[in-house]
Amino acid sequence: MMRLPKFTYRVPKTIADAVQMKADCGDESMFVAGGTDLYPNMKRRQQTPQTVISVMRLAELHSISGDAEKGITIGASVLLTEVCDNPTIHHSHKVVAEAAHTISTPLLRNMGTIGGNLLLDTRCNYYDQNYEWRKGINFCLKKDGEVCWVAPGSAKCWAVQSSDLVPVMVALGAQLKFVSTQGERVVEAAELYNDDGINYLHKSPDEMLTEIYLPPMKGKRAVYKKLRRRGAFDFPVLGVAAMVEVASDGTIATARIVLGGVAPAPIEVTDAEAALVGQAFSQATIEAAAEACYIKARPLDNTDFVMGWRKQMARPFARRALVELQSAL
Amino acid sequence: MKNGNNGKPLKVVGKPFRKVDARAKCTGQTRFADDITLPRMLYAKLLRSHVPHALIKSIDVSKALALPGVVAVITGKDLPIAYGILPVSQDEHALCIDKVRFIGDPVAAIAAIDEDTAFAAMDLIAVEYQRLKTISTIEEGLHIEEPRIHEYGDSGNVHKKVSLEFGDMDEGFAAADHIREDFFFYEGNTHLPIEQHAALAHYDADEKLTLWSSTQTPHYVHRALAKVLELAPTHVRIIATPNGGGFGGKSDPFNHEVAVAKLAMITGRPVKITLTREEVFYCHRGRHPVLMSIKTGVKKDGAITAMHFRSFLDGGAYGSYGVASTFYTGALQTVTYTVPRYKFEGARLFTNKPPCGPKRGHGTPQPRFALEVQIDKIADDLGLDPAKMRRNNLAAAHSVTANYLRLGTIGLGECIDKIVAASDWQNKFKKLPYGKGIGIACSSYLCGAGLPIYWNSMPHSGVQLRLDRQGGVCVMCGSTDIGQGSDSVLAYIVAEVLGIDPFDIRVITADTDLTPVDLGSYSSRVTLMTGNAALQAAERARELLTVAVAEKLQAPIENISFAERRVFDVENPEVGVTFAEAVVLAESKFGTIGTVGSYSPPRSPGKFKGAGVGPSPAYSYSAAIAEVDVDADTGITTVERIWIGHDIGRSINPALVMGQVEGGVYMGLGEVLMEEMVYRGNRNVVHKFPSMLEYKSPTTMEMCEVKTFLIEDPDPNGPFGAKEVGQGPLLPVMPAVVNAIYDAVGVRVDEVPATPEKVLAALRAKAQGKEGRYGPQGVPATNWPEPLKVLPPAEGGDGREMPREAVHLRD
Repeated sequence: MMRLPKFTYRVPKTIADAVQMKADCGDESMFVAGGTDLYPNMKRRQQTPQTVISVMRLAELHSISGDAEKGITIGASVLLTEVCDNPTIHHSHKVVAEAAHTISTPLLRNMGTIGGNLLLDTRCNYYDQNYEWRKGINFCLKKDGEVCWVAPGSAKCWAVQSSDLVPVMVALGAQLKFVSTQGERVVEAAELYNDDGINYLHKSPDEMLTEIYLPPMKGKRAVYKKLRRRGAFDFPVLGVAAMVEVASDGTIATARIVLGGVAPAPIEVTDAEAALVGQAFSQATIEAAAEACYIKARPLDNTDFVMGWRKQMARPFARRALVELQSAL
Repeated sequence: MKNGNNGKPLKVVGKPFRKVDARAKCTGQTRFADDITLPRMLYAKLLRSHVPHALIKSIDVSKALALPGVVAVITGKDLPIAYGILPVSQDEHALCIDKVRFIGDPVAAIAAIDEDTAFAAMDLIAVEYQRLKTISTIEEGLHIEEPRIHEYGDSGNVHKKVSLEFGDMDEGFAAADHIREDFFFYEGNTHLPIEQHAALAHYDADEKLTLWSSTQTPHYVHRALAKVLELAPTHVRIIATPNGGGFGGKSDPFNHEVAVAKLAMITGRPVKITLTREEVFYCHRGRHPVLMSIKTGVKKDGAITAMHFRSFLDGGAYGSYGVASTFYTGALQTVTYTVPRYKFEGARLFTNKPPCGPKRGHGTPQPRFALEVQIDKIADDLGLDPAKMRRNNLAAAHSVTANYLRLGTIGLGECIDKIVAASDWQNKFKKLPYGKGIGIACSSYLCGAGLPIYWNSMPHSGVQLRLDRQGGVCVMCGSTDIGQGSDSVLAYIVAEVLGIDPFDIRVITADTDLTPVDLGSYSSRVTLMTGNAALQAAERARELLTVAVAEKLQAPIENISFAERRVFDVENPEVGVTFAEAVVLAESKFGTIGTVGSYSPPRSPGKFKGAGVGPSPAYSYSAAIAEVDVDADTGITTVERIWIGHDIGRSINPALVMGQVEGGVYMGLGEVLMEEMVYRGNRNVVHKFPSMLEYKSPTTMEMCEVKTFLIEDPDPNGPFGAKEVGQGPLLPVMPAVVNAIYDAVGVRVDEVPATPEKVLAALRAKAQGKEGRYGPQGVPATNWPEPLKVLPPAEGGDGREMPREAVHLRD
């Protein structure tokens, strides 16, 4: 790994200062929270901001408030370790704590933040390589090159959405608040992500994520299942977030099944949801939903594991997520 | 008093002392190569080829030289002399001269005032390449004659073909009740030491060169540097710094070592380089990918009548240890179970990838995997218990094998007994529920290569001992501690003989100016060879002290004993002197007390060409049982427990031995479950993921429970009877796990790593009524050379190649 390039590091104390700094510095600047994603990327020269603006001294971004009834608001700079351990989150949205616990390692969770994880750069075996390696393949579409080596005929970049929290947030209907010098806006998590490995966020670079609102679960249940090679370090190469609300008669009233790690954006599997809604949990409904996930998962050869096998894993991982939700009834 | 065993109770040997360097390592005081800085030091970077196979048409370094802060830039023409670890493969240049052979091959070296400047200068060097067709697989290496990666070798891109035959194979197979032929593939993998290679060179005013380097083989680096730099060897000093892991990956002389030395000579300033992790992947010298066929004939009880083994090694772009690796893939099949007739054919191919070489187990894990999985299949065919079948057909201790390896003690039977009992094998094998399984495998490894890398008849290891009048003892030896504890072993053995505390001893190792030659930390040779040399030096010192103390005490020489930092009369233990007083007496009588010890292995009984690889003063033995959980929906295998027995001869330090056993199991789990050194053949043969994140190696989360049993049956050739432990315990892990997968779900994965997609593919094939197996379907048709035939010793052979007439007479 190369060393970090030289850059200016700025540490605003208020949100207003932070967004003003970003506006002043323009395109050559980036926000940084824990830096566990940005700094390795800078070492590999994937991103080369001249100015890096830290959001770690913004007090408002460190709070966790709310409760199970009202929903929870989590500041964007809350550390992943805190997300794992916070009793309020554990009580009201256990799935978020559980998904956060699968991210990387304890050391990186002590540095990384929930906001950083939700905005994580997309990943690819042709992109997450150092400068000299990328030069060896004449670079790639996402950075400095003209060809997507994963799908050379493609006009689009296929780098993979690799956050564990993103599919969970989409499944839970989380709302994300952004601030810029232009004002504030709140977006549904599902609306934030774009199915393009380069422009993977519907967000302008000067917008700063400040907080994440988790609506109350109100009887909904959710689980997250992660496929990775090892029990630590690894990014998901398939993530299944499943949320259901079961009516008093035992039928499934609402369902959201979201796949992560198989495309540039999280994939909501509406066919799986359709297979579940209005039905009671049964082996047949679960199999039908799992089959829909299998059909919808179309991973390419740019992460760990063989892509065909990764696709096949959508079925048992979705099945297991749903069986767990069924058995929690 | 053979091997230090004199019937007296041992005070140091066999006790779990801490390592002599443990506190420095734990407190961060140890200085690794990258920790060393010198005044006015420059930093070096290597510009590496980003094309896999090409002629260099031109290199223009002028812009780089013009960059402020750049002090020197060198290219291949500055270092025209070739080198390589083996005399038969002097095929490397520090910087490529007219051709690059893989992505990562260095073409220029820059020295600058800091690393950032050196890095910036890399982009300013213009290299014009003329691309050549690439060779990226075993099959391509066999069949593509042109272009050749090297101008030497047996033919085309075949680096080496060997063929050896011990006894009449047709007769051997005719005697069998059952014959199996199986095909296996073992993917390449790499050492992954936590410390990246680093080197610092200093060329002083007296024109003497000093190189500090994280190397396992300072003596060979010394020879290579003197040759390539055209310096008198007396003007070259190599200091091997403590290694943050080696595993075989720091055993070659490396281009970065040569480059910093040359840059230091040109600039007159110290020059350091620390490789990036990506560059460590390009240094490689790791496990060869090997495609294998094995045909074995057995009697109904599993006794082997004949074995024919073939291996095809994907060697990468340079020779490295590859010729030895090739022979090793055929060497140790005969040392665990009796194999009366044996034939081996092996071929190593050049490909446009980082060179393969020696990784822990050097050339033997691949054939051991094939052999042990096939043995499991044979037991299944014959309806025999695979543990009992192995137990009943062990090679004989103190015998000579069909391929002329002289065996010493064999504790393998006890290893099997221990793990079979501890694992409750009888109640588990074939009796666990679907998805749970148990499997066994055995193995053996050398305790040091019997022959040196370059031909000579000098000792393989030397120790100098200096005793001073304050009672201080200093041990000096060329051996290199790569974390295995060789410095500690020197201290323990000398302390045992001289009756002092191991922490009283100062150990100076791996410095070619200060220490006598030891060939290096490879082939599990150090405890046995350096240990014997230390034992001899210590016993010689003890003799001098004994004579002087006996005279002083007026006691018979045979009464003088050493213990508890005292030298005394055993019949009147209160009558004696302190150890320091004993040294004073000896120094007064004899002058300065210094002794030497050295070790040369016994001559091998094999006299044929190719007999040099395989012989060892002793062989360690291991047996492992793995218990696994296989998820039949996904193919994901979890190794839950390993029971492992290791025949150590005698533990010099059981805590360090256990550590090596567990480390071997850990590395074995990585090889069998996930590790792959793979390339994208359709994308410039680029390494798929030269990073520690994406090259998957187990974390602590994947480590299983390990129950270790040490079998102590002292070997006459080992110091105090000790055998090796650094490499052997890795070997049975891979086949034991794969055999356990079969017991769990009834499918064979005849490949390493046995990744989930392979297990699942085999399960699906089985569900469709096909063979429940994943693995190669055969090996390429090959023109093998006429075998060199040697009659096995059991049939009256003398270890020499049979004359041609005799061969015909036998026909």
